[in-house]
Amino acid sequence: MKPQSHLFKENAKKALNDANLARALNNMKAGFQDKRRATIAKLPEFQDLRDQARDLKNHTLENLDFYLSRFEDRVTEKGGHVHWARTPAEAREAVLEICRSVDAKTVTKGKSMVTEEIGLNDFLIESGLTPIETDLGEYIIQLRHELPSHIIAPAIHLNKEDVAETFRENHTQLDPNRRLDQVQDFTDEARAILRQKFQSADVGITGANFLIAETGSTVIVTNEGNGDLTQVLPKVHIVVASIEKTIPTLEDSATILRVLARSATGQEYSTYTTFSTGPRRPGDLDGPEQFHVVILDNGRSALLGTEAQDTLRCIRCGACMNHCPVYGSVGGHAYGWVVPGPIGAALDPGLIGLEEAHDLPNASTFCGKCAEVCPMKIPLPKIMHHWRVKEHEAKLSPPRFRQGLAMWAWFARRPRLYRLGANAAIGMLGRLGAKRGRFAKLPLAGGWTAHRDLPAPSRGTFQQQWARHKRSQAPSSS
Amino acid sequence: MDQPRVGLFVTCLVDLFRPVIGFSAVALLERAGCQVEVPTDQTCCGQPAYNAGDLKNSRSIAQSVIRAFEDFDYIVAPSGSCAGMLRAHYPDLFKDDPEWSPRANHLAQRTHELISFLVDIRGMASVENVGFEAQATYHDSCSGLRELGVKAQPRRLLATVEGLDLNELPGAETCCGFGGTFCIKYPDISNRMVADKTADITATGADLLLAGDLGCLMNMAGKLKREGSTTQARHVAEVLAGMTEGPAIGEPEKAPGT
Ligand code: SF4
Repeated sequence: MKPQSHLFKENAKKALNDANLARALNNMKAGFQDKRRATIAKLPEFQDLRDQARDLKNHTLENLDFYLSRFEDRVTEKGGHVHWARTPAEAREAVLEICRSVDAKTVTKGKSMVTEEIGLNDFLIESGLTPIETDLGEYIIQLRHELPSHIIAPAIHLNKEDVAETFRENHTQLDPNRRLDQVQDFTDEARAILRQKFQSADVGITGANFLIAETGSTVIVTNEGNGDLTQVLPKVHIVVASIEKTIPTLEDSATILRVLARSATGQEYSTYTTFSTGPRRPGDLDGPEQFHVVILDNGRSALLGTEAQDTLRCIRCGACMNHCPVYGSVGGHAYGWVVPGPIGAALDPGLIGLEEAHDLPNASTFCGKCAEVCPMKIPLPKIMHHWRVKEHEAKLSPPRFRQGLAMWAWFARRPRLYRLGANAAIGMLGRLGAKRGRFAKLPLAGGWTAHRDLPAPSRGTFQQQWARHKRSQAPSSS
Repeated sequence: MDQPRVGLFVTCLVDLFRPVIGFSAVALLERAGCQVEVPTDQTCCGQPAYNAGDLKNSRSIAQSVIRAFEDFDYIVAPSGSCAGMLRAHYPDLFKDDPEWSPRANHLAQRTHELISFLVDIRGMASVENVGFEAQATYHDSCSGLRELGVKAQPRRLLATVEGLDLNELPGAETCCGFGGTFCIKYPDISNRMVADKTADITATGADLLLAGDLGCLMNMAGKLKREGSTTQARHVAEVLAGMTEGPAIGEPEKAPGT
């Protein structure tokens, strides 16, 4: 997909004016936060598990070449195929080639952020294939030609009314007067429609939560069971995953799975956790005839060894966005790329370029809530800060902001001059503001006073008043 | 060290906007048995530059802070955000500088946020003979909470203020949207965040909002005033020191005689 992150400010503004979105985001926050808190409270070793998960992933990233080639060897041994893709284009081509080789027409898809990243659906359509999203949220946004606004809940920006409208517009073969006001109604309707598609699909494409080097298995975690049907029914199963999904052993997947669902939806475990190892063997009751794994880099290996390396520990649980007050205000679309929220702010500049994405790491108060909840202990604000340093070096921030800051810093480094300036300014502001105690409008403070009053200073700075106080004390204390 | 020498890091906002917080801090520190001094060659901790990614200016501001406070037993700031800057980020700024790294670390180890210093380091368990009639609520500012573990200390001392009832604020740990230059760079997002916060404050029915950071307080008080709320806002140190005769944040000075 083409990033729209350079439009962050504009899109954030639009999002803030969207009352429906605000309602949807409020519901989301309450739901996810409360559920996570409750499940974690029941698992005393949760904090230890976070340390373990962080350490095992750090170890993997330090030896990523080793584990990736081990993974490839195991997949091949089991009769599958690994395809390496440096760029989105290479990944798309690899998928298309596999589809063409079996003369595929219809492709079912499980939820996958990496296929969003490489813009796979549009590409397949242009190439004459019909991709069908089978996760309810992804299915809804596919019908609406939208992008996911959240990595685990792609349609979180929509209310029930929005979904009902979309279904009525698209499923014209059904009774126009049918009931459509419960989540269950949507699920039932989507299921009935998708069932036929599952049957007719030639290829099933899924993402992966993990690539297990020890066994050559790929793992997906879902709540709807659609992923299983996607990968088991068609003749060909293609997994599209990025390099950092690798973990060393089966045991390691258990460690991460214990923090994943708890952090994501507040479930102890997701409803379905599915391990796929190679194609169907003689005697197996089901499974695809072909098993392919397309492994995408797209800029990730360049982050290894940099301050942004820690972002590659991410398991895409979404906890950081569920708890982020900025994400909770503007939603996911404003970020303009597949991965929004705090992890997007920390990762996207590395993947789509700082010039495109430099607003994202700035749109944070550094409140630290994201790092507090991240199951992989990714120091998200620290990485956002790293990008701000790069942004400053590259002179990408707005010139007015830079000039103001430079002037302030010049004074801040010269306490005497600073004091003279402060005394004059505060003296004036203090006199002007004493009567009301605050300003509703003030030149140069428009960003502040557009939305709130500015409390007025008192008469004189602390340093002035303290000096007076000291002078008045001097005779008696000596 | 029965009477430690404490250097008060006033913070730029307290210096410029609300000196009473500085006086309250001095009074509380003296009550906790400290000898307090206020170096005059301090300006700001450098956070605006640091958060903008300007490491060069951050370093030179940090160096002047380190110089000004080198000789004190402790450095105390009435702000979790500024104390967090000195404690958590100065060492990072100089980690590759053999001359300044030890000096930054030394400063960091001796730096504390005011209320946690009183309780954790000086063992203060109560404030004596201090009263303030109010239905109060308390907002946990982010840096103090997450970088320095300030949570129980202010509540503990506030519980000993006569006449003060503390009602917990739902979402007390959610950022108010101040974020230093964030509120100027992204005014609309900041506005949504502070509006959510004031809605929570108003819902508690509190007539007094307390917090430990003036930046957050000016943001929340400014929004409350804009909304026409009568809830007053003060720094927690003012209440604990009993220095509450002056106007609350954003309130007019009382006319003489009233
Ligand atoms: S950064 Fe952490 S909290 Fe955010 S999605 Fe990734 S693993 Fe989850």
